[in-house]
Parts: sequence; structure tokens; C-alpha cells
Amino acid sequence: MADGFTDTPRFRLVEAPPLARFVLRAPDAALKVTGKAYGLALPEALNRGASHGERGKPGARVALHLGPDEWWLIVPEAEGPDVAAALEKALAAHPHSLVDVSHRQVGYVLEGEGAAGLLNAGCPLDLSETAFPPGMATRSLFHRVGLMIWRMTPGLFRLEIDRTLAPYFVAALAEAAKDHS
Amino acid sequence: MLLIRCPYCGMDRPEIEFRHAGAAHITRPGPPDRVTDEEWAAFLYLRDNPKGRVAERWRHIHGCGRFFNAVRDTVTDVFVVTYKAGEPRPPESLAPEALTPEARP
Repeated sequence: MADGFTDTPRFRLVEAPPLARFVLRAPDAALKVTGKAYGLALPEALNRGASHGERGKPGARVALHLGPDEWWLIVPEAEGPDVAAALEKALAAHPHSLVDVSHRQVGYVLEGEGAAGLLNAGCPLDLSETAFPPGMATRSLFHRVGLMIWRMTPGLFRLEIDRTLAPYFVAALAEAAKDHS
Repeated sequence: MLLIRCPYCGMDRPEIEFRHAGAAHITRPGPPDRVTDEEWAAFLYLRDNPKGRVAERWRHIHGCGRFFNAVRDTVTDVFVVTYKAGEPRPPESLAPEALTPEARP
């Protein structure tokens, strides 16, 4: 990772441990049974995220509603196969697609009082707290790469970036950090 | 930066999250065994190029991923209104609340 950037007084970028990730495409009618099998109610409002537990720790669950019929489910790596099996069983009666994309992406946490400003160096979204309150999650762009931004608290963002594009993202963020420190 | 309202997200989002996807409300002729070459060529290639308001398909590719339709003014580049795919083109005289802020009188 770029020098002098992982830990500054105003922001910190931390790479997430390996996680199991699924993309679920399913109709609204399947939401209830899915939530029950998953152990976390899937957010119904678009561009919202929900979670319980601590990332990477046993029992942690993340559900992000990123498209009208699309949810991302993120769980600890070891629990991936069990979660997939439970979801497939619960969804058997509904037309759906559940795809394991664990290795497609890298997760990051960007935190600190300057985190939103730093993201805005490459991301054109309005990241003020009124327009993008905690709990909001969406795909967007950082310069030329697509990424998923989920704001957990005012100063803590969880990001997911395609693995091959992650070096570009980190380098671009480090470059921007020079102006924002 | 130009902001475009995604009718699925219900938010004004930056234009670089979107992709243009051609004219809207083009009906594919069919069934295929009864379509003449002229009809097919018209479906594939012949488009109006008016000055003023046009209905276009757009895709919120770096967001929710959905295709939707938008009425845009080719002179001012103002998005007059956006609406979900499958819905008919809104009438020309819309209530100001239905319009994007730039298009309000």
C-alpha cells in the first residue's frame, strides 16, 4: 500500500480480511424467507445497507440493496458455503440467482473525519450527511473505477472494489491524500 | 456536473454514472418471418434527429444498473423528466413538480 497513507490523523484506509460475498437477484416476494434464512432482514429501501455483528467475526451479516432486485450479501469467509446452502433452500420456490463473487472484490474501510472529503476527490456523489446519511449504500465511481460505497457512520465508509482495479484505486486515493492531509 | 434523476434510485446522481442507450419507445417489428427487409432496416437504423425534446433510453450503469427513459431537450441538454422503463412517454404539459429543477418554468 502507498507510503504514509494507511494511517494519518484525518483518515485511515484498512483492507478487509477475506470475506464471502454473494450477489442475490430475487423478487420482493422472496424477501421475507431470505431474511429468515440469512439471519438478517434484507433492507427493502433501495440504496440501503443493513448489518449486525463485527466484520469477519462469526455470525457477522451484511445485506446491501444496490439495485431494484439486487442485494449483496457479505459474511465471514468460513460461513460462505453454509449461508449459500441455507439461502438456496429458502429460495427454492422463487425464481432467483445467487452467485458467489467472494474473490471478485476487495473490501476496504476508509475512516476518519476527512474520509468523505477524500472520497470526493474522485467520487462525484454528494457525500454530505443530509444527502448521503449513515446506512446508505450505492455503487458509484472513483475516477475511472466503479466501486461500492456504504456509509456505516458519518466518518466510516466501507468500500468494495473489483480486485484487479484495487491497485489503481489505492494509488489514486493516496495521490488525493497528499492534498487532503 | 449535470445531475440526472434516476427514477429507480429516486435521487439526482452525477451524469458520469449514466450511459446513453439510444432512442426510446422503438417497437421491434415481428413476428420475424413476416418482417420485410425495409421494416427491419428501419427498426435498426432509421431514427429521428429532432431539435428539441426527445425521449431516450438511459442506463444507470454505475448505480442501480437499470435502464430507464428520459425526455431531454437537445438544444439546452436539460433533462425534462425521467421515468421508469415500460411507462409511456409523459405528456408535454406536466405539472412543475414532476419536472426536474432545471426544466421548471
